[in-house]
Amino acid sequence: MAVAVAEDIVVRPLNMAALVREASITALVVFALAISLVGFQVLDVPGGLAIRTRFVDVGMVMVLAFFGRVALILLREHRPRPVLIVTPVLAAIMLVLLLSETFFGVETGSVLKQFLPFQDPVVLWGVLLVTIVLAVRSAYAHTHMNSSMTLEEREVRMDQIGAGVQRAARLLGPVLLLFAITLPFMPFADRRLLDIGILVLTYVMLGWGLNIVVGLAGLLDLGYVAFYAVGAYSFALLATQMDVSFWVALPFAGLMAGLAGVILGFPVLRLRGDYLAIVTLGFGEMVRVILLNWYSFTNGPDGISGIPRPSFFGFAEFRRNAGDTTAFHDMFGLEFASVHRIIFMFYLILGMALIVNVFTMRIRKLPIGRAWEALREDETACRSLGINPRNTKLTAFGIGAMFAGFAGSFFATRQGFISPESFTFIESAVILAIVVLGGFGSQVGVVIAAVLLIGLPEFFRDLQQYRMLAFGLAMVLIMLWRPAGLLAHREPTLRLFGRNKKPGTSS
Amino acid sequence: MSAAESYGAPAAEVPGGGRALLTVEHLTMRFGGLVAIDDVSFQAAEGRITAIIGPNGAGKTTVFNCLTGFYKPTVGRLTLHHPKGEFLLERLEGYRTAQKASVARTFQNIRLFPRMTVLENLIVAQHNKLMRASGFTAAGLFGLKVYRDAEAKAMDLAKYWLDHTKLTEQADVEAGNLPYGDQRRLEIARAMCTEPVLLCLDEPAAGLNPRESHDLNSLLRYIRNEHKIGILLIEHDMSVVMEISDHIIVLDYGRKISDGTPEAVRNDPAVIRAYLGQEEHEELPPEIIAGAGTADRSPDDA
Repeated sequence: MAVAVAEDIVVRPLNMAALVREASITALVVFALAISLVGFQVLDVPGGLAIRTRFVDVGMVMVLAFFGRVALILLREHRPRPVLIVTPVLAAIMLVLLLSETFFGVETGSVLKQFLPFQDPVVLWGVLLVTIVLAVRSAYAHTHMNSSMTLEEREVRMDQIGAGVQRAARLLGPVLLLFAITLPFMPFADRRLLDIGILVLTYVMLGWGLNIVVGLAGLLDLGYVAFYAVGAYSFALLATQMDVSFWVALPFAGLMAGLAGVILGFPVLRLRGDYLAIVTLGFGEMVRVILLNWYSFTNGPDGISGIPRPSFFGFAEFRRNAGDTTAFHDMFGLEFASVHRIIFMFYLILGMALIVNVFTMRIRKLPIGRAWEALREDETACRSLGINPRNTKLTAFGIGAMFAGFAGSFFATRQGFISPESFTFIESAVILAIVVLGGFGSQVGVVIAAVLLIGLPEFFRDLQQYRMLAFGLAMVLIMLWRPAGLLAHREPTLRLFGRNKKPGTSS
Repeated sequence: MSAAESYGAPAAEVPGGGRALLTVEHLTMRFGGLVAIDDVSFQAAEGRITAIIGPNGAGKTTVFNCLTGFYKPTVGRLTLHHPKGEFLLERLEGYRTAQKASVARTFQNIRLFPRMTVLENLIVAQHNKLMRASGFTAAGLFGLKVYRDAEAKAMDLAKYWLDHTKLTEQADVEAGNLPYGDQRRLEIARAMCTEPVLLCLDEPAAGLNPRESHDLNSLLRYIRNEHKIGILLIEHDMSVVMEISDHIIVLDYGRKISDGTPEAVRNDPAVIRAYLGQEEHEELPPEIIAGAGTADRSPDDA
């Protein structure tokens, strides 16, 4: 046989007919999917709608699927060599064509680009990515001749990676914190980066807040954004109607959201699991609909604008001409720069998020925190131990809601304008996705997931329309590889023997 | 016949001796048309092990669920003569039975907190005490000394029970990863960490090998002798029941058919009839009785 064969790998003769059949079936399935999704596009033309057909693209997709499948079959049948030869060449050609405008100037580039299969750059980069992945896999298979790891082997490997990341996470926390603190003074930190940082940190804070409810207490809450909205509106109304400053309104907004959590939680928390999820989903939508329709109070779909920005702890304003109050740049003898406020906002949300984090870490080691976790594990056993399930759940729900309220106030003051648009179900889904992706109960996991889900799409604005697709993909991959989340690992709240001591070495 | 006599008002003296801790009067539990328990009265004494036995479906676990607040009895009065005063258990609902009246229980199908460590399971059991000490979380958040002392005490109690259930080595292991026998013992340790006056054990020897059963016997005897609390025990394993019980109550089809010391119950024709459906046999070896009772049936207990 032509290829060097490891002992346990049997290279069967290739059945060409079966290969072609399998690849054709794949192409057919792709055709069935693509003909409606890709084949027809509704266009908005003057005087009505028109349908544009894109059958060439459908054909292209089918051809790609056919050859992709052939490559996969070859890898499965331990014949990586043809794949190894073809895919890097293809990838190189695509890369050159994609970057042709930069290499050969716009004119030649646009001509060369005609040879690419699709028009949309994101799709093209996606195809290139798949080609590269195939090339790497075939190279790996060629050197190891064992491209088909068994499922268990793969699982063990993923677990090892997970455990390794977990060990690193202990260091990762401080490193991330240091990075966050120094970020505004980094040379590459422009206003855009800081804005993204603020956005990510808002979601980190929301994720940490929801982690108390979902991760610790095990209450699947699909309406978390409702409390975010209550906090934002409480603050916005207080600030615009009663002229209350940020620092006074902030605790009040948190309290209002916490109260809303307790009130909503009271009837809801006797439900468990899926039922709880569905009812919280309903409550979340109810809050949004109320905000939308109670025009006299919330200004309905018009939203509330002109929400004041926070002052420097009440001492100074971030304004060029602060009038009769002190201006921040005067106070510290700096030149006026609008970025001062952004930096202040960044530190503000960083501080608020860290408070949530410290609170969560501490409360986990208190009786109430342990009772939350026990409740997640077995409610019946909790009752037999005299733990009041209703009150325990309510505290988790209320505290989680309170943190959402704080985050909501911050959101309102940062945007300066809020409307019910900002508090749709998709926000709840994103926050929940952050918690699930990060690993239930893992604090560092939430940070990583927030950066992945919020930060990256902001950087790659082109991807915007594919963002939900990427979401779904990430979720599916996580379910396959790490069903409990990226960093799902539970650190005991207390130990009889020290962390590194083995049981039995001390008395 | 003992069965006929003990209906109605409970006997003044508890068989097997001891001060009455629990008085059950006319306990009846109906589920729709099904009468699971039919007018059962008995007493259980402090510092004694009282076993409730009976064929499958006799209503033993239902009695437990009524006692521990998981069911509300249709009729009946369940009085607990707690040192702090009398508690009417049928009026305490759910978690309050454990919280106020200090009645602890274990479950037929083990219910631990599987992803928490053994030690954490035992600390969670002391929740109410620690909640008060932590000033309902406020004092605990700031790490006040009151709370740290309370936590140290809770650790001591947990260590005490770890030692006596031979689980110290596994203290930092997740409870779900323990072998079956250890999980059974941990459940008893967790119940004891609530510092109960009455401990209700639902088939603690189910699935244990003879060696583990033997260890369980010594553990239960130790709890009875050293802690002077009442133990109520549902068990099919007659080697456990006959060896350690001071007092046995036999249920059949929701009725009490016998009540007395192990010796008296063993020789009660009504019991023999219930287990074997025969009247001739005066004396049966315990293994036969045990064999009659262990046919598999697993009603959910909660």
